[in-house]
Amino acid sequence: MKLSGSLILLECLKREGVEVIFGYPGGQILPTFDKIYDFGLKFILTRHEQGAAHAADGYARVTGKVGVCIATSGPGATNLVTGIANAYMDSIPMVAITGQVRTTLIGNDAFQEADITGITRPITKHNFLVKDVKDLARIVREAFYIASTGRPGPVLIDLPSDVQLAEAEFEWPEEVKIIGYNPTYVGHPGQIKRAAKLIAQAKKPILYLGGGIITSGASLEALELAEKINCPVTWTLMGIGGFPATHRLSLGMLGMHGTAYANHSIMESDLIIAVGARFDDRVTGRLDAFAPGAKVIHIDIDPSSISKNVKVDVPIVGDCRQVLRALIDDLGHGPEIDEWLKFVEALKKKYPMSYKEKSKIMPQYVIEELDAVTKGDAIICTEVGQHQMWAAQWYKYIKPRTFISSGGLGTMGFGFPAAMGAKIGRPEKIVFNVAGDGSIQMNIQELATCVANDIHVKVAILNNGYLGMVRQWQELFYKHRYSYTPITSPDFVRLAESYGAVGIRVEHKKDVRPALERAIETDNTVFIDFRVEEEENVFPMVPAGEAINNIIGGLA
Amino acid sequence: MKHTISVMVENKFGVLARVAGLFSARGYNITSLAVSETLDPGISCMTIVVDAKDETILEQIEKQLNKLIDVITVTDVTKKEHVDRELVLVRVNYAAKDKAKLESLLRKFVAKLVQHKEDTAIIEAVGDQAQIKQLLEELGQFGIKELVRTGRIAMAH
Repeated sequence: MKLSGSLILLECLKREGVEVIFGYPGGQILPTFDKIYDFGLKFILTRHEQGAAHAADGYARVTGKVGVCIATSGPGATNLVTGIANAYMDSIPMVAITGQVRTTLIGNDAFQEADITGITRPITKHNFLVKDVKDLARIVREAFYIASTGRPGPVLIDLPSDVQLAEAEFEWPEEVKIIGYNPTYVGHPGQIKRAAKLIAQAKKPILYLGGGIITSGASLEALELAEKINCPVTWTLMGIGGFPATHRLSLGMLGMHGTAYANHSIMESDLIIAVGARFDDRVTGRLDAFAPGAKVIHIDIDPSSISKNVKVDVPIVGDCRQVLRALIDDLGHGPEIDEWLKFVEALKKKYPMSYKEKSKIMPQYVIEELDAVTKGDAIICTEVGQHQMWAAQWYKYIKPRTFISSGGLGTMGFGFPAAMGAKIGRPEKIVFNVAGDGSIQMNIQELATCVANDIHVKVAILNNGYLGMVRQWQELFYKHRYSYTPITSPDFVRLAESYGAVGIRVEHKKDVRPALERAIETDNTVFIDFRVEEEENVFPMVPAGEAINNIIGGLA
Repeated sequence: MKHTISVMVENKFGVLARVAGLFSARGYNITSLAVSETLDPGISCMTIVVDAKDETILEQIEKQLNKLIDVITVTDVTKKEHVDRELVLVRVNYAAKDKAKLESLLRKFVAKLVQHKEDTAIIEAVGDQAQIKQLLEELGQFGIKELVRTGRIAMAH
């Protein structure tokens, strides 16, 4: 049967199991929107293409499926760019589809033309410009395959308008074969044996988990390994939820705003078992001072992540879950490390997480209450800044795919549209976006999308009147010179109401919990404007470029 | 140290840009680059000469190249027994009185005079890095007006 390019695309999306597309129409993608109109795939019209990209990203993070967004050529496509870069940095499976001017006009500086495959080359796992409709089905298949396998990432398909209109025989390629792309899933057995041997000999081992735990669904294996070795466990921002924060072996997040006991523990350790993490600069601090006495076992599906930043003693390329399973099976009994556990416990007692009450609502308290009200079982999305770190530090995540945050790129404006996508992916869950008053204004237009589509996201704005994280750096490292960090906001309550959502303002500590409860009970999108302490800082903190046991603030 | 890396890629548009972008994004310099079809028209061979400060950078280059979807294999031929060659075209000053001198010089190399017009001559030469360097030094006495090089190609045993 002959189908148009647009129908081939949609037919392929359906067969890939796509449930929802986030997007925005425009001139060069019109033929495809004409088919979307009555094709039967759920479509969410965002109010900005960036919102569509982040929503697809948020959807992918909570479901583990490939998120899909679509936009027109030129500005539509460039508006996706931040969202694509964000997904790339955090290894999120996404397929972005863009309209393009017709093939005969490409390179002509035509109206709304942008070389989007050129622009996105360094921020996609791969991208395609479809020049012939006969290649389209294969390309869509390959795009989903590449996006979702190995180390996942975004793939862009640029689709000229004449290719959308042209017809071809539709053939669904059952198999995908790309000669240069064969991700390694099974770890090398010899390396796994060496790792098991190192673990058995370790005196002060620590498990260091990254986003790869979530991606590969290795939470249970991580838990099993940790309990078998009986060793402390720490994780990165991307690893949050991969290990229950309430577990006795949990040390919480490490790094720049990690717990002091996690940082001191990893610095003192003699064996780091890194799983699906990449020794990012926010984690290691000054590299040459990082964990000087530790040997390193590094498990990752991406060979280029291994030995990139730190010297690795046992590299294991493979899928985290499969490698952990094999490692658990190879490990006889755990090492004798009671002394080490006692030492770590003492660190926990010596440096507990804490904050001091001040005159206004404490932002940390809002997160603690959010945790209490939702019993650690909501999906928490964040923007980027102080509120993000507080949401990472003070909520006790117990399940994977419940903390949705822009880790690598650090994109303000990510949280709200990502929460939209998350709510669509997991409609039965309570979905909160923890935001700052700065970040929320970066994609606030998506309020209209939420209201129009009954996407009942709850937004908790920790409103301190500042771009707080930058202000904190200015306070600590730039002599209190608050250069363009005080920021004004609209009346968030009336703003929410004007969109048809519900707005709540909270100015007193006693009203925090009732407001959260009311927000959850309200059958609508809700903005809560928490007026919090203006100049509270995120502690503990390791200044950029310092060793991670060089911690300032937050110590009792 | 300079390394010669042989990269087999799928012969698709945009591949060169992907490879070049990988180097530029990391601030790595490409010393020379030669691209051509192989026996299989669906596959191209890129021979890239890079100056890698240390092993870590070289390892990253190889890993990042392998990460590109269109890249099929990456081989550091420097680490193997191999043959490498480069073709150069050199335009030198040429006077009839120098003919014998130039010809005897060229006989020492895989080089020949391919064309001369008025007061310049174009010389073609093939050789490895040391031979080409030597030739260029010796041609200096005639005065080199212009130089074009293909970049290195290599084959491992």
